[in-house]
Amino acid sequence: MIQYFDTKNKPWLIWVGFALVGLSLALLPFALAQVGTTWVRITNYALLYVMLALGLNIVVGFAGLLDLGYIAFYAVGAYVYALLASPQLGLHLPFWVILPLGALVAAFFGVLLGAPTLKLRGDYLAIVTLGFGEIIRIFLNNLSRPVNITNGPQGIAGIDPFALAGFRFDGPIKYYYLLLAVTLGIILVSLRLQNSRIGRAWEAIREDEIAARAMGIDTRNLKLLAFAMGASFGGIAGGMFSAIQAFISPESFVLVESIMVVSMVVLGGMGNIWGVILGALLLSFIPEILRWTVTPVQEALFGRMLVEPEVIRMLLFGLALVLVMLYRPAGLLPSAVRKRELEERIA
Amino acid sequence: MDTFLQQLVNGLTAGSVYAVVALGYTMVYGIIQLINFAHGEVVMIGAMVAFTIINLLVPSGLPPLAIVLIGAGCAVPICMLVGYGMERLAYRPLRHAPRLAPLITAIGVSIILQHLAMLVWSRNVLAFPQIIQSHTYFIGGAAITTVQIAILAICVTLMAGLALLVYRTPLGTAMRATAQNAQVAGLMGIDINRVIAVTFVIGAALGAIAGVLFGTYYGIAQYTMGSVLGLKAFSAAVLGGIGNIPGAMLGGVLLGLVEALGAGYIGDFTDLCAWGVPLQACEGGGHFILMGSNYQDVFAFIVLILVLVFRPQGLLGERVGDRA
Repeated sequence: MIQYFDTKNKPWLIWVGFALVGLSLALLPFALAQVGTTWVRITNYALLYVMLALGLNIVVGFAGLLDLGYIAFYAVGAYVYALLASPQLGLHLPFWVILPLGALVAAFFGVLLGAPTLKLRGDYLAIVTLGFGEIIRIFLNNLSRPVNITNGPQGIAGIDPFALAGFRFDGPIKYYYLLLAVTLGIILVSLRLQNSRIGRAWEAIREDEIAARAMGIDTRNLKLLAFAMGASFGGIAGGMFSAIQAFISPESFVLVESIMVVSMVVLGGMGNIWGVILGALLLSFIPEILRWTVTPVQEALFGRMLVEPEVIRMLLFGLALVLVMLYRPAGLLPSAVRKRELEERIA
Repeated sequence: MDTFLQQLVNGLTAGSVYAVVALGYTMVYGIIQLINFAHGEVVMIGAMVAFTIINLLVPSGLPPLAIVLIGAGCAVPICMLVGYGMERLAYRPLRHAPRLAPLITAIGVSIILQHLAMLVWSRNVLAFPQIIQSHTYFIGGAAITTVQIAILAICVTLMAGLALLVYRTPLGTAMRATAQNAQVAGLMGIDINRVIAVTFVIGAALGAIAGVLFGTYYGIAQYTMGSVLGLKAFSAAVLGGIGNIPGAMLGGVLLGLVEALGAGYIGDFTDLCAWGVPLQACEGGGHFILMGSNYQDVFAFIVLILVLVFRPQGLLGERVGDRA
């Protein structure tokens, strides 16, 4: 067999590969804009989901703590941005102040959730995080009385776009580059984390908490750190979501969204960064493709729309979760450790 | 005092429904240590099936009570089937997998059931036909309706029946044996798979009845009702001590009471004027209420978190350690 990618003897090929990927990512929005600006927008949301999925991957994939209320941190980040950069409170701070602040506040909420619950076993923790997500949403919905903070179910409108030294991010293509840069940053952080001392400690906790503690790992603080880091990624994504949408309401932060992010991580392969990215991209684009195909197909077949694409999307999510767990529990692109562990126990 | 008695009655009614749903969680958990995340959806399907049947039968002129009974009679077997199918397809293959695997399939099953229900019954809030003539009685200033009395009676009967089944029949003995040690129970000649399936089916039947009661009590049903109801019932099961059947009953009733009394009094408690804070809004007997009864749904989750933090084995649970 001819080795086309003989990177061992030709290390420069790696850089060629990087350059090609970089070039195609840089040109992607212009290609998409040919099809329609909507697709650039869809890609932007897909990038947001990649960020969220990578953030959740730290909690679920690395540390093995199933978080079903992850969207709460996204909501916290989004609301921090919305409150500090909109007419709602009359504040208009620059984004480079708010985004880190949002990440910090989200991390604080992560610790707040984690501190009392970390001694719980996996499935209990999952349910508590789910409850936590709901509590945050209920508060967002109701913090409009007696003092109007979040404007309740009506949400906050007129949120400032990002602006830096007179340059305004106004159009989806500019946001694409910003999102891409942040996503790449998060990927880099994730990759570096995975093989760091912390990443290995998380893995040890995930595999066997008691053994990890016996080896001198501070399990409590490391789990808190996982929660805080995961939450801060969610907070950053939330802030960007706020700015891109210019409008947010509690509607965007429902339980289904949390479950969608969990699905992305599970489907792609818990703990494997590339798998998680694949899962996030698949689950963000498939619904859009469905939206464009399901309606015409149904109209051609039955003369009217019987099943909304939204419903098909959710049914597919549910089915994907069940089937992946039954037949490919380590996900589409399994992480090496997870794969070994899951296959051993099931056999 | 009137508010107190009234909320006591409301809380008892809601709580007894929670208790019946919580039994479904606790039975399954007790036997295979699985949080059946999709149990709330079974309750929802029960309510929806009953809704359809009741609507079909209303024009027939049958007596209202018979209509509701037929509705429940149809809901129960359908939910039992759903419960069985769930166990067979999504949980049994994963019985020896790591703990998070069946929880994730449970979430998947729950999404599937919810959206199938949406396809069948639309995404609208469905109004249950109010066919039962309800009388209101007054006891010491609190109003209690016939429907509330009926719900209390039915729930108590169901709980007593289940207690008899679990503690007084061979099947119940088999269930308890499987819960203690499935492997040894199998060696003693108990068909574990059958016992586990039966547990799911009984839980689903209870859930179906709870769904019908919930629908007739609140007068509405929607495809999303299962998730919050399920979470509350799960909180109730944890409060009582998960895996413990009397615990689920106690937890359900207590949770209903906490929720009703909390919703009734949170406004008074968070009224800054009552605390003597000098605010403009307080002048002339005004109020400055921080949190009103719209925070009702928060109580269940707060109870859940508090219990898990301070007494993870629950009120009546004796098995401690790695359980929680």
